[in-house]
Amino acid sequence: MTDVIYAAAGSVALIFLVFTVAAYAILAERRVIARMQVRLGPDRVGPFGMFQPLADVVKLLTKEDIRPAGADKWIYLVTPVVTLVPVMLVFAVIPLGPTLRLADLNIGYLWVAAISSISVYGVVLGGWSSNSKYSLLGGLRSSAQLISYELAQGLAALGVIAAAGSLSLGRIAEAQFPLPFVIVQPIGFVVYFIASVAESSRAPFDLPEAEQELGAGYHTEYSGFRFALFMLSEYVHVIAASSLMAVLFFGGWWPFDGGPLGLAAFAVKVVAAIFVFIWLRATLPRVRYDRLMAIGWKVLIPAALINLAIVAAWVALT
Amino acid sequence: MSVLSPLRDALALARGLGVTARHLFRPPVTLRYPEERPVLPERHRGRHELERHENGLEKCVGCELCALVCPADAIYVEGAENPKDHPISIGERYAKTYVVNLLRCIYCGYCVEACPTEALQMKAEFELSATDRASLVFTKDQLMAPLPKREPGDSWMP
Repeated sequence: MTDVIYAAAGSVALIFLVFTVAAYAILAERRVIARMQVRLGPDRVGPFGMFQPLADVVKLLTKEDIRPAGADKWIYLVTPVVTLVPVMLVFAVIPLGPTLRLADLNIGYLWVAAISSISVYGVVLGGWSSNSKYSLLGGLRSSAQLISYELAQGLAALGVIAAAGSLSLGRIAEAQFPLPFVIVQPIGFVVYFIASVAESSRAPFDLPEAEQELGAGYHTEYSGFRFALFMLSEYVHVIAASSLMAVLFFGGWWPFDGGPLGLAAFAVKVVAAIFVFIWLRATLPRVRYDRLMAIGWKVLIPAALINLAIVAAWVALT
Repeated sequence: MSVLSPLRDALALARGLGVTARHLFRPPVTLRYPEERPVLPERHRGRHELERHENGLEKCVGCELCALVCPADAIYVEGAENPKDHPISIGERYAKTYVVNLLRCIYCGYCVEACPTEALQMKAEFELSATDRASLVFTKDQLMAPLPKREPGDSWMP
């Protein structure tokens, strides 16, 4: 019984933490991109615009929840939740410290790969059920992109898993003392990073919501709170990808043995990764669709396979 | 596609990231209006003003050239004979009505250039907004420059 209470309390705390970080990641993105464009960004609500996320939430909650007449009612209404929940579930297995985690699944990475694939359904169903050409095209593009890059991401992660000899994220983090995998497997890291950017549909791989062609892509028809859920799941995805990179390639709490310092090291890595996501968005133009596919299939997957072969040889020899 | 082209591409990406990183440390160009006020050029073309001579008489002689030259048809002038006993302008005629529709005006300044007596000027005022259209149609009393300060003993005082 205490286990259940402990898990429930931990889950609630984790959800609050992730939502808060996501809210401030949105603010940080707006501020950082503004500064990179020599603008100020939102700085009026509270000191440094700190209360801007709060104001945005209030605004989005009070907006009308529009449902297009031709939409498939139930699928349309449920889809934002289907998009957000799988991304949130990823955090269940991410170790914040050697013992600080919600669940230590021994199939940790498998859980991550399986669960985050489900959020593709959200994108596809959202695009289809809206009964709008922009949404449908956005959803189609999204599904093709996410499925293609999932392969490269999985193969890159496989190198890490082979080297650590475990699927458990905690064990993978522990296996990176003294040298984190980013130094041992630079190719794997680069592939994993690019695939992560594509998986979270962020610039320069933000084709699903290419506003010039598709309005807002699969969530064109959504408004108010449902739109907010899509928005939130994009940023939660970014945080999840950043946390996973911190665990898989930067050793989680490395170079400390956990504790507050380890947690701080983990936080620094996550924040740095989020900053790089923002930085990329401020810099790079969108990749053309055929190039996107070419990069995924002809560059990233072979590179990940080469990385895996090197790691496999190394593991077999030692 | 040579063997080196992926490296060149990566270098190009890095250079692009460098540009945005440099800009991150530049001071923003944003002006915190309305707390900060813009520094306007001396000859900024803002709202019109009808000038007066030092003795308080109007420079405008009601010739209607400004209305004629206006490409947006924003000015309406009605001239009238200048009463001899208490003159309003220095000329033979004066502007009985002078209306500038600031919503039509394109702030080109042709009216100012056309004015033979330098009566019409454009001033620095640019905060021209209102909750209804009628209040942005400025009439003569709104456009007139204030009367010069009168000192006791000024010979021209009426």
